[in-house]
Amino acid sequence: MRARGYGRRSNGISMADNTEHITCQEVVDLVSDYIEAALPSEQAALFEQHLNFCGGCMNYVEQLRTTVASVGALREEAVPADVKAELLAAFRDWRRT
Amino acid sequence: MTSATVTREEADLLERLRAGDERAFEALVESYYGTMLSIAQTYVRTRSVAEEVVQDAWLGVLKGLDRFEGRSSLKTWIISIVVNIAKTRGVRESRSVPFATLAAGDDEPAVSADRFRSANDAFPGHWWTPPADWRALPQDVLLGRETLHVVTRAIAALPDAQRTVITMRDLAGCSAEEVCETLAISEGNQRVLLHRARARVRAALERHLDG
Repeated sequence: MRARGYGRRSNGISMADNTEHITCQEVVDLVSDYIEAALPSEQAALFEQHLNFCGGCMNYVEQLRTTVASVGALREEAVPADVKAELLAAFRDWRRT
Repeated sequence: MTSATVTREEADLLERLRAGDERAFEALVESYYGTMLSIAQTYVRTRSVAEEVVQDAWLGVLKGLDRFEGRSSLKTWIISIVVNIAKTRGVRESRSVPFATLAAGDDEPAVSADRFRSANDAFPGHWWTPPADWRALPQDVLLGRETLHVVTRAIAALPDAQRTVITMRDLAGCSAEEVCETLAISEGNQRVLLHRARARVRAALERHLDG
């Protein structure tokens, strides 16, 4: 899959030189802030405008969301019974001192 | 949830803990044990050492409970205790931990420059080899044991500050404000560290999933 023409010199369609746009290489540095909703609104607009045209960057955003979810999936939940018993014993000791 | 100081709920819990309420302590252990163990495992080499770290951290919590002033939330206070102990243990072990030495320099780009079209291309800075669509992958591959092991090792290989920020934010579920407060860093610094850390973990996942 390729990034579709979305740049200053796109397929013969002349775009004014001052047309604001961001490249894929710039997008990857903004994705984490975008997920955090920490991009200033003007930059967020440029970012989303880019995503509308670019499947590669869409995938990158999804990959970063998956990355965040997989880090969250490392969290363990259950406390082994023997560990809990030991910790409660430590708590009782602490209370007595 | 974003409050970096003690919530009303935590204040009640603290009072019960200080009064020696065993049920309150049990609830606290149930809330944080798993998170603490996962955090510890990103700093030390084995699960058994991580378990020792968490045990020590709980003793640290008990020791500090009476002096805890509530300037941070109870949660971030507990997490900073486990991070500090795990860091110390990790440093002590680090001679025998090869991944710790593989941590790349801080100026490494989020995605290697050769993935993008060069300056003399018609579309400079656009993907040359775009990322794949992971939505097509089955969940049991994405969140399977092997993949999660890759994630743990990738986090373990991060420079210290990045590792702490990503574990606090994305593993322990702390807010940005809680992280800034605990580590005494600015909001902007927190975002940069999180960005770099997530980018490296993503790159490790990409090598694993798209291999």
